[in-house]
This record gives sequence, C-alpha cells and structure tokens, in this order.
Amino acid sequence: MIKLKKNIAMSESGFIFDPTTGDSYSVNQTGSIIIEYLKEGLSEDQIIDNLKEAFDSDTEQMRNDLDDFLHYLKQLKMIDYA
Amino acid sequence: MPDKPLKIGVTGLNAIDSPGPGVGVARCLKDADDLEIEIIGLAYETLEPGIYLHDLIKKSYQVPYPSAGTEQVFKRLSHIQSKEQLDIIIPNFDAELWNYIKLTPRLKEIGIRIFMPSLKQLDKINKLNLDEFARNNDIPSPKTKKFSSIDELEEFGREAEYPLVIKGKFYEAFIVYNTAQLVYYYNKLNAKWGLPVLVQEFVDGNEIVVAGLGDGKGNLIGAVPLRKLFITDKGKGWAGVVINDQQYLDLAEKINKVLGWKGGFEIELKRNDNGAISLLEINPRFPAWIYTTAAAGQNMPLALVHMAMGMEQVPFQQYETGKMFVRYSWDHITDISEFQKISTLGEL
Repeated sequence: MIKLKKNIAMSESGFIFDPTTGDSYSVNQTGSIIIEYLKEGLSEDQIIDNLKEAFDSDTEQMRNDLDDFLHYLKQLKMIDYA
Repeated sequence: MPDKPLKIGVTGLNAIDSPGPGVGVARCLKDADDLEIEIIGLAYETLEPGIYLHDLIKKSYQVPYPSAGTEQVFKRLSHIQSKEQLDIIIPNFDAELWNYIKLTPRLKEIGIRIFMPSLKQLDKINKLNLDEFARNNDIPSPKTKKFSSIDELEEFGREAEYPLVIKGKFYEAFIVYNTAQLVYYYNKLNAKWGLPVLVQEFVDGNEIVVAGLGDGKGNLIGAVPLRKLFITDKGKGWAGVVINDQQYLDLAEKINKVLGWKGGFEIELKRNDNGAISLLEINPRFPAWIYTTAAAGQNMPLALVHMAMGMEQVPFQQYETGKMFVRYSWDHITDISEFQKISTLGEL
C-alpha cells in the first residue's frame, strides 16, 4: 500500500507544499490527479484503472509512467510503501 | 491598558545586509492591540536605517559601543531615561547583552525593566561552550575543536577530513577544503575576533531556525520553526517559510527547560536528507526574521513585554504553517537635516 506523507497540501494549480520540511513542488494535471488518488488511499492498480478511463494509453505504458512518478515521489520522501 | 503609552527602547536597528533584529522587534510591538507602545531607538551608528523610520521608531538616541564599558553605557542610558522615562529596553545585539545583563539591577532602580537570561545562562550557550552543552544534554551537534595555536591547527589540518567549518569566536564562519584555507581563515578570524578559533565538522542539509521565548521558569512561551529558502553569501536567510515539525518544537522545549531561559532566543539547526538534525548555534536574542512569528500568530516580542511588565502571558498554543517572509532592500528617502541631527546631537 502506498502512503502519502500526511499534511501534504496541494493547491488546485498543482502546487505542493510539505509543511514539515518547507519543500515545495509543482506537478502537472496528471500528477495532481495521481496525488489526489494517493490521498484517497487508492492502490497502484486502482490508480491505473482510473487513469485508463481518462487517458488513451496502454496499461503497460501507464504502469511504467506511474512507477517512474511514484519512484520520484519516493525520492522526495513524499510517499512510503506500507 | 496603562493610562500612558509604554516606552520601549530597542537596539539592533542596523537593517543592512546582515540585519539586526531591532526593526523586526519594533514592528512586532507596533502590532499590539492591547497596549499603546512607543519605540525609542538606541543606535550605535548614525546610519542605522531603523532610526530614520519614524512611523516605527518615534525617537532615537546614539549610545556608546559595548566596548566603552558598563559605566559609559549606564551613564548614557541614565541621560536618555531622564528625558524619555523608558519602561523596558529590549537589547538585540549579541555584543551588548553582557552589559545589559550586568546593568539589569541598576536599570531597574531608574525604572527600566530588562527581560533577559543570567550571565551563567548566556555563558552556557556561548559558541565556545555550545559543543559541551549539546553533549551534556544529548543534543546532536557537529564535533567542534578550539584552536589557539597555529602549529596545533596545522597538525590537525594535515590529518583532517574536509570540508570543515572554521568560525570566529563571536561572528563569521567559512567552509574550508584544505589545510591552506584552514590556516588562511584562522589568521583572518584571529585578527578580527581573537582566539580561540573554532573548527567544526561540516554538516550538510537544509538550514532550519527556531525562534523561541522562555519565561525564565522553564516554560516555553512560544516557538516557531522556519526553513530558510534563500541564503545570502553572508549566510543570512533572505526568504523563509514557517514549517511544522514536532522534533524542532521538542528541541526548543528541551533547550528552554534545561537552561531555564529568560527572553528571546534563536536555535540554528541543519537537517540532512535522512531527517537527522544537528544543532549549530543558539543565539541569545530574537532573530532578524522575528516579525514572521507575529505574522504566523506568535508575537513573541509583545509577549516578552507582557512578561516584563508583570502581565499575564499564557504560552502560545499554535501558529500558522506556510507563512513566508521575503526580505527586500528599500531606498528610504530622508533629508540631510535628519542625518545632521543624529550626527551632531546624538538624537533624532
């Protein structure tokens, strides 16, 4: 299960502020959607299912892209795997 | 509310590239809605910008440098007191704190209250003793060595792992990458600030600062942590954001309790990528960014005034995360007649 760091604040424009470190980031619309899903506690498979409905892309490509994004979030210590 | 405005003397009005906290402290006090406050500036130099900001500082007086000695400082403050009837002085300049603490009983006799730690407390967090303080209280801090001999330093430098940080006894610090640089800055810092010179393990990470206020009885009245977002070449934070991490608040609580600190303070830390923190310094006064704490909901200078006046001050319970400061330079326009007054009369 993927856990998004608590207290992460994200604006409608995709600006993210981590109140414990003071770090801030910007994500595009797809990134915002994924972070919203993480906030809701969705699993990786559930996120891919949801994204498939919104975007025209094959599952494998989508999984690779999501993995890259999650890996990046992990590097930034914004998520953890429980 | 008292029937006349409180008159508060404020020092550290040098709002330059390495700014003093005085202007920020004055700004906090002017925000008071429960007290009418007039700020009297106490300046060392005729070009300290704060003394020209009349919306903030009603009147200013030039005062002798701390090195002039306690008697000279007291003489000048007595003269100012005969004209102004100050209720409180808030000193904001490291080098003057010793004099003000020494003078506390005599200033009280002439009606000036000071809300400051004891000399013993001040000594414990002195740069020269901070390493020992941190070790005694299980607070992680970089290994520090004091040097008073260039031969010893060179010998140490040949075996050492770089980078290292070399620090003056009172101010200034430089990162060095080899023995030649170590020796160069040793001589430079020795000439400027005297011996010993401190050599400290370099700690990488984000710079975090915590502004705090203790009541002198072990209670922490306020604490606000801030991440520096932009740092000048002098190592001064030029922008910062208020953050919320319990480990910084716990550290402020611990330091305040252990010391029984009375007055404002600033803790300087580094936090590495793994989340480990390291104590770099404790400054025995409010920081220059203190107004950000008021903006975040903890007006610590005003709380200090309440306590100095014997008014009730309950500890702050919260603050607003995400409040930011972005410092800027501003060409304040004045007239030569103003400069003439402070230069010739020592008053403005």
